[in-house]
Amino acid sequence: MSMSHQITAGFMPLFDSAVLVAAAEIGFAAREGIDLTLHRETSWANIRDRIAIGHFHLAHMLGPMPLACNLGLTPLASETIVPFSLGLGGNCVTISNAFWAGMVAHGAEPDLDPARAGAALRALIRERAAAGRDPLRFAVVHPHSGHNYELRYWLAACGIDPTREIEIVIVPPPFMADALAAGRIDGYCVGEPWNSASVAAGTGHIVTVKALLWRNSPEKVIGVRKAWAEQNPEALAALLRALHHSARWCQDPANHGELAAVMAQPGFLGLPPAVQMPILTGRLDLGGGAEKTIDDFFLPFDKAANFPWKSHALWFYTQMVRWGHVAHTPENLAIARDCYRPDLYRSGLRPLGVALPGANAKVEGALKAATPVGSAGASLVLGPDGFFDGQIFDPDEIDAYIAGQKSARTDA
Amino acid sequence: MVRSSLAVLVIDENRIRASIIEAGLREAGHERVTVIHDVAGIARRIAEIEPDVIVIDLENPNRDMLENMFQLSRAVKRPIAMFVDRSDQASIEAAVDAGVSAYVVDGLRQERVKPILDMAVSRFNAFSRMARELEEARSELESRKVIDRAKGILMKSRGLSEEAAYTLLRKTAMNQNRKISDIAQSLVTAAGLLGPLEDE
Repeated sequence: MSMSHQITAGFMPLFDSAVLVAAAEIGFAAREGIDLTLHRETSWANIRDRIAIGHFHLAHMLGPMPLACNLGLTPLASETIVPFSLGLGGNCVTISNAFWAGMVAHGAEPDLDPARAGAALRALIRERAAAGRDPLRFAVVHPHSGHNYELRYWLAACGIDPTREIEIVIVPPPFMADALAAGRIDGYCVGEPWNSASVAAGTGHIVTVKALLWRNSPEKVIGVRKAWAEQNPEALAALLRALHHSARWCQDPANHGELAAVMAQPGFLGLPPAVQMPILTGRLDLGGGAEKTIDDFFLPFDKAANFPWKSHALWFYTQMVRWGHVAHTPENLAIARDCYRPDLYRSGLRPLGVALPGANAKVEGALKAATPVGSAGASLVLGPDGFFDGQIFDPDEIDAYIAGQKSARTDA
Repeated sequence: MVRSSLAVLVIDENRIRASIIEAGLREAGHERVTVIHDVAGIARRIAEIEPDVIVIDLENPNRDMLENMFQLSRAVKRPIAMFVDRSDQASIEAAVDAGVSAYVVDGLRQERVKPILDMAVSRFNAFSRMARELEEARSELESRKVIDRAKGILMKSRGLSEEAAYTLLRKTAMNQNRKISDIAQSLVTAAGLLGPLEDE
């Protein structure tokens, strides 16, 4: 079959690049007439730079990263749009054994409950502050990441001021477990398998997971150079179809063995299949012999996981405002609103006759149970999608949401 | 120019490449050059060095950490931003192609930085060329070793002279349209599978 489209894409060696990797390796891209070339990168900064100068047409990106590019928060960034999400969930918060013991002394239990764990962590932090000890140091992978925003959201909702009561530093995902073991950091928020890595090494304990902080919440996306997307609408539509088929394949447990084998190759994730099982099954070893299975821990396809909800982008925007990354102005809000492109997702997938959400945004946290929703074509199930603290994010009430956010210690 | 010498910090885990960059900078008259291979404790080093220009290789997995630190760390007294001269897209492309990036302190004029970046780009390219040639030389040496072993097997098993053994390998390679080293490797592998080699 002759290839009608040449597409070059960058990715980071993380499990949630799986849908993009499988599109190339299992043949979904070729079936759509795409010659898809993947390049493994070593930093998000490299991905940004190579998109900007045209080495890559698109890339595996952190959900807030295209927003940061378009809002002018990063150097050498080109206008980037998001026509596809690579999945929901997949992250955890891990803490060192010593501080886990401290949390247990303050009521934490190995049940991943965000509120209970947060209360225990707060008590521990206050106890240390009273004794004049150094604040705990947490690591995330990038300032403009779901990890940074969900960690801060969790802490703030538990009455901990993440800007003053702890320190937050940046560490590349593969170095997290080593940094924790060496005592350079006390805890971190990162995607799998880098949490299970610390548990397996006997140096860390998983305290909570993204799927419990905000169930069915956005993580990585496909960021596309806007100029390329506008000049190559057919190539983009073909790619979206390839990614759709790939995502469906990745979700199916029958394919997990093959997927893990593909990801285990040195050119991709480069880690043994066994290490990838927690993210595929949602069954986590928390440390100290505790084990727990999390519903919807990571969804590469189900629950409309690939739909680029504008409400996801807008929630990231509210957190960028909250933590001082960007000013809340009508212009910035408009940029954030235009970044995720459900219209392109729909037009690319329409020929397939699959379920497509009718709305561009949804009220996040409104679905308390799995709910069939009206959509074009076949049936679609969304949710539950609640925030752990019961908050609702209505994208039509952004001003009120931003005004109501606590960005500092509030229990005084 | 009143202050002629810029403080330049080179962050590169590759020691050989870093020393090539350092030599180039010194040749160009930059005396205040510091090279760091390991980013552990780098915030303190930056506070001590107070660099005007920081050169980083793009393979460095700590780039995201470093970029964040340049903006936020209390140790970094002056804001440091990535060197981006919008009017000179070609030089940015050349830098990314070469695998290097430069960061400069706030307020430093672009024309003072560009020669440093250009120098780093050309040295990075020279290093890649050197590494490539080295790799070619290494694989050349490897194939010669394999061919020697294959010749030895043929000489022993078929009683051929060294020259006849080589001719047989060369003929087979030509007939199969493959490289001599590939044929030799197949022979060595097959011999290994069929029985222990006496010469080992």
